[in-house]
Amino acid sequence: MPTTTLHIRRGGPGEAPRHDVFELSFEPGESVLDALRRLRIGTDPTLAFRYACLNANACKECMMLLDGKVIYACTARLEARDMRLDPLPNKTLLRDLATVIAPPDERLD
Amino acid sequence: MRNSAIPASNQPRHFTADVLIIGAGAAGMYAAIEAARQGAGSVLLLDRSLIGRGGATVMAQMTVAAAVGPDDDWRHHLADTLAAGRGLCDPALAALLCEVGAECILEMDRWKVGWARAGTGFASVQAPGHDRARCVYVDFLSTGPAVSKALRAQVQRVGDAIRRIGEMLVTDLVVQDGRVTGAVALHVASGAPLTIAAPTTIIATGGLTRLYARNSASANMSGDGYALAMRAGATLLDMEFVQFFPIGHLAPRLIGMDPIMWDPFRYKLGGRLLNGAMQEFVERWGGDAENGTYSTTRDLATHAIIKEVEAGHGSPNGGAWLSFTHVPAAELRAAFGPVIDKLAANGIDLTRDCIEVSPIAHYHMGGVRVDTAMRTDVPGLLCAGEAVGGANGANRLSGNAITEALAFGRLAGAEAARQAAEGAPAFDVAAARPALALLAAEGPAQNTAALVARLQHIMAADVGPFRTAAGLARAAAALAALREEIGTAPPGTPGLAHDLVRLDWLDLRQMLLVAKSVVLAATARTESRGAHQREDFPEMSPSWERNLPLRLRAGVPELA
Repeated sequence: MPTTTLHIRRGGPGEAPRHDVFELSFEPGESVLDALRRLRIGTDPTLAFRYACLNANACKECMMLLDGKVIYACTARLEARDMRLDPLPNKTLLRDLATVIAPPDERLD
Repeated sequence: MRNSAIPASNQPRHFTADVLIIGAGAAGMYAAIEAARQGAGSVLLLDRSLIGRGGATVMAQMTVAAAVGPDDDWRHHLADTLAAGRGLCDPALAALLCEVGAECILEMDRWKVGWARAGTGFASVQAPGHDRARCVYVDFLSTGPAVSKALRAQVQRVGDAIRRIGEMLVTDLVVQDGRVTGAVALHVASGAPLTIAAPTTIIATGGLTRLYARNSASANMSGDGYALAMRAGATLLDMEFVQFFPIGHLAPRLIGMDPIMWDPFRYKLGGRLLNGAMQEFVERWGGDAENGTYSTTRDLATHAIIKEVEAGHGSPNGGAWLSFTHVPAAELRAAFGPVIDKLAANGIDLTRDCIEVSPIAHYHMGGVRVDTAMRTDVPGLLCAGEAVGGANGANRLSGNAITEALAFGRLAGAEAARQAAEGAPAFDVAAARPALALLAAEGPAQNTAALVARLQHIMAADVGPFRTAAGLARAAAALAALREEIGTAPPGTPGLAHDLVRLDWLDLRQMLLVAKSVVLAATARTESRGAHQREDFPEMSPSWERNLPLRLRAGVPELA
């Protein structure tokens, strides 16, 4: 099985930004979201990201940056190389890869 | 565990509403619209994910059953629904599903959902178990998202009477003198606890598919509505009836698509279900030969695939092959347009490649017991949508889930508005204290994501479509050990933004109670009926033609 190296931005607002590095093998065809969910189960359950539907590209919650470009984690495929994941830059950061994406009138405040 | 007391100066934020609705899928959104239309001045619509984007509705890429054709009548739809339910449907609820559901489909048309047209009416297909073409759809696998979008737009048109807040996980209902007076919630984005006072609360949280490793709904279908209702004193019924969708996608890895996407392909194009040796097999396990059509009901097809795999004739990844290779490319393109391109992006060419499919947890027939106004046994608590038990009996007819969500949402919304006008006892924050203490508690670190995965594998291994007394006992013991392991307090500290570790723990607390209820009911029902198949009791027994009610006693689910 091929191996990917994910460099994942960690931390919340006000924390010094850092990228944690995770290596994992994958089946060709698997998505970035597949990898993130697997990392939570096997390696680090504290990794924060958003998703509701499972790889159906229906909820549109899993938007993030892959190598600086906006992607859906559920449709971006894993590749056997270094891949850098960052939260959306124009949204308020919650933690790690999760940002505030709800429309303003559907938030608590 | 350390229970931090809540200082008086730091009381959680408090909301009040006439009607509180938990869950913003089709049932919750329709309930909100109807409650406001019937005069509720303040409706609070919450969802643990984003409004209108989580749950099962948005994942329903297929068809909706409703008697809206010129030669149809809701009574025909009812007859098919009752037959599919194998004697266990609540006929009054099933009738409401069929009759009110058809009205909702027409109203949704006025709300511009975009049902596909044929001639002067709606285009429709005949799904298995229906006596005629009765299933409307929005084309190219976008029915669920279109339903969600149309309802969300309608909710917005209602205006200020409906306040929508996403990322709110309701962890407990507040009960005073046997009546639900509100709820305690965790705002997931900030980690802050909240209290909500409402004379009427509607549970519209959907089903329990997340209890299974392979499932076709969103990651948030944890059965939490069942747990909320049970902890508040409501009765559940028929928890043993989990519907498995027979032809969930198995291989090759397919992304950006709903795993039950092959259903509409089969409606439109037939297709052939084949074993590992590329032979048709459904008739060997009690089905009729399909001859390129789609006619086998869900429970029979699930049975046939699992038995064929057990007999050593499965496809390489342990399922069956589904083939459309006999369908000309132009016909595939005409039926599914852009979907063909999405498949190509996944490396799948249906004129050349078969795909592998196998049963996948899809829907739950059981749920909260309600009357025809969607009232539970607990005053102040209503229920709507898939969370309701009884309308679909032992096996749900294809296409009835969205119809049920719409119809029951509308009924619950109307009843909630009526009850809200009568008022309710004042909310007493003391009744919310235990639930708030749980959200303030700080337990030891745990990999709760792995524990959720373990629960899913326990359920998939021994509480899937085929059950035995030994397997169910094994599952009960494994679940009890897991319950012991998670302890009594969520790991980490409260107040962390988007803390998935604590969120998973709070979900596990509910999932374990619901899983235990499923195992309890499945163990008790010593027969095979619809979606509940006991290998040690393979026959359907007339003495079991009854529902299995279940309640919480001293914190433990018991058969009533």
